Amino acid sequence: MEKLLRNKAISGWLMAAPLTLVLAFFLVLPIVLIVVVSFWRATEFSIIPAFVWENYEFLFGSSVTYQVFLNTFKYAAITWALTLVIGFTVAYFLAFHVRTQTWQIALFLLCTIPFWTSNIIRMISWIPFLGRNGIANSTLISWGVIDEPLEWLLFSDFAVILAFVHLYTLFMVVPIFNTMMRIDKSLIEAARDAGASGVQILWNVIIPLTKPGIMIGTIFVVTLVMGDFITVRFMSGSQSANVGRLISNDIALLAYPSAAATAVVLLLTVLIVIGILLRFVDIRREL
Amino acid sequence: MTKVNRRTLLAGGAAAAAGTTLGAPMIWAQNIKDVTLRQFGTGVSNLNEVAQKVKEDLGFTLEMTALDSDSVTQRAATQPNSFDIADIEYWICKKVWPTGNLQPMDTSKIKNYDKIVGIFRNGLLTPESTIAQGTAPHTVGFTSGPEGTDFVAEESGWMTLIPTIYNADTLGIRPDLINRPISNWHELLNPEFKGKASILDISSIGIMDMAMVVESMGEYTYPDKGNMTKEEIDLTIGIFTEAKKNGQFRAFWKSFDESVNLMASGEVVIQSMWSPAITAVKSKGIPCVYQPLEEGYRSWGGGIGLSASLTGLERDAAYEYINWYLDGWVGGFLMRQGYYSAVPETSKNYMSENEWGYWFEGKEATDTITSPFGDPLANAGEVRDGGSFYDRMGSVACWNAVMDENQYMVRKWNEFIAA
Repeated sequence: MEKLLRNKAISGWLMAAPLTLVLAFFLVLPIVLIVVVSFWRATEFSIIPAFVWENYEFLFGSSVTYQVFLNTFKYAAITWALTLVIGFTVAYFLAFHVRTQTWQIALFLLCTIPFWTSNIIRMISWIPFLGRNGIANSTLISWGVIDEPLEWLLFSDFAVILAFVHLYTLFMVVPIFNTMMRIDKSLIEAARDAGASGVQILWNVIIPLTKPGIMIGTIFVVTLVMGDFITVRFMSGSQSANVGRLISNDIALLAYPSAAATAVVLLLTVLIVIGILLRFVDIRREL
Repeated sequence: MTKVNRRTLLAGGAAAAAGTTLGAPMIWAQNIKDVTLRQFGTGVSNLNEVAQKVKEDLGFTLEMTALDSDSVTQRAATQPNSFDIADIEYWICKKVWPTGNLQPMDTSKIKNYDKIVGIFRNGLLTPESTIAQGTAPHTVGFTSGPEGTDFVAEESGWMTLIPTIYNADTLGIRPDLINRPISNWHELLNPEFKGKASILDISSIGIMDMAMVVESMGEYTYPDKGNMTKEEIDLTIGIFTEAKKNGQFRAFWKSFDESVNLMASGEVVIQSMWSPAITAVKSKGIPCVYQPLEEGYRSWGGGIGLSASLTGLERDAAYEYINWYLDGWVGGFLMRQGYYSAVPETSKNYMSENEWGYWFEGKEATDTITSPFGDPLANAGEVRDGGSFYDRMGSVACWNAVMDENQYMVRKWNEFIAA
């Protein structure tokens, strides 16, 4: 036994085994099952094991699918751009403008306070705020900025993206802040000594060095937005759809194979997006 | 992998469940207190008050689970061992009954069977009534015998569901924000209410509301709204998709609370709505009318079905429960919320004369009308929207239904939501 364990190859395998088993059981197996089910057939009540392409045929044959995927990308892209700008600014402020570590930690914790409540509650609390007779509209009217309540504030793409940005900006702040904190301050001093302006330092020194953080934040935000369905349902008043809602509708109607097929396509799409993102930055090297 | 089949798993579960229930001794009085019946259904009649009263009057425990219509259908069709009593609507019954997950009920064991209103027996409210379109309850109310999985037209003595609750639905409006009379379904798509209308996002019910609107607009007259052809479905959803693109709708709602919030906040002034939602808006002190419309009502009915695996003592308890249900207390409780009981005359014993007059006979209230939960709903002198039982149930234009082209309709509905 001892002899066996001393064998490097075997002990290596043994040490990797627990994690491998956990991943195989809780990650690989469920995904394999989803793929398998996506080829099954469904009637209204029963799911029949089979190997048919009809779920995919229907999916790719319907113009709604393309519209909905386009919509999903739209939400992801706009949310990504906004969370990036806001997240980067917040992280930059925390990392380079706040001098003492105590304050850095205090302000950073402040950013996380909204996360102490459920994201459903954070999202739903926008509804009375943005409504036709909500606080936003009545304030604007009392200031005389508008005469009629703004209808597009609630149950619109604006509301959906607002909620996404609110919910997910922190996922941008944290990784960017983390990489910024590890930038060697002497590099910035060197740049300044060499005569670079503030903007040049930002563009040529800080941004390239924060790329891994930006990339991790991007992956978080893009995958979260692309996989969401409840935010879109509530904030658009059920009037817009993204891929997540297609899947949830299918599940509600017991069309598990069709839901699985949509999920497989969504999974592949997200993997492709992440694959492209990883082309720009080698996260493993930079970390 | 493909050999892991839900059916075989379920069958295994059924065998296990049968094994435990069959052995139960039949000593009624002593064991009844140990019986627990699991009931599930849509929120309308799954009320904790009913479970409490069952414990008081009958002694056994009733566990209630409330789900939305889609989940109820799914569960009744796929997990017959997860419940003892299914509290479902008749159109759900049409989908679920052929699976054999529910057992036929012997009407000779139902004490008040003879007093059940005609709608659930021969389809006629009064001898002169005509039968409305859609899945009328009596068409799926009877089966051929104790083993039947079919539907028969006549009163065969074996019921699929024992009717418990039903109502006539219409549009809800905010009279204070509309300021003019509304008397037709087509007002839902009137450009006057652009951005202030809503419809429910439950396909099987929403499509019926749509059909009422399309017919009222004069666009098309359906041979049977409850069973549309593909072309009719395309036409109906097409009209609504166009309206949606023009910004007619503020939002769609899926749950009861959403419809209440949309109406109470003034986001929406006209929408498809359910009776207790109107009550909920009113109890906040906000005016809201369940507007009777010239074309008539879209009606629905619900009943209690027994799981096929229910036997012995549990089944006796379930029959006891059903008899108690029709005995009047629940009926009165439901009628004071604006629903109707399948045996109205027994409910009368549990309502005051004022309540009976207001809710059933359509008379002016002689005193304040309160909900069973104590909220005031109407003052002396007011009458119920739509009038008496016979006025309301007498002008039903269609019943909630499930169509032959149901799957096609659902796909089209999803496209409508995504459009």
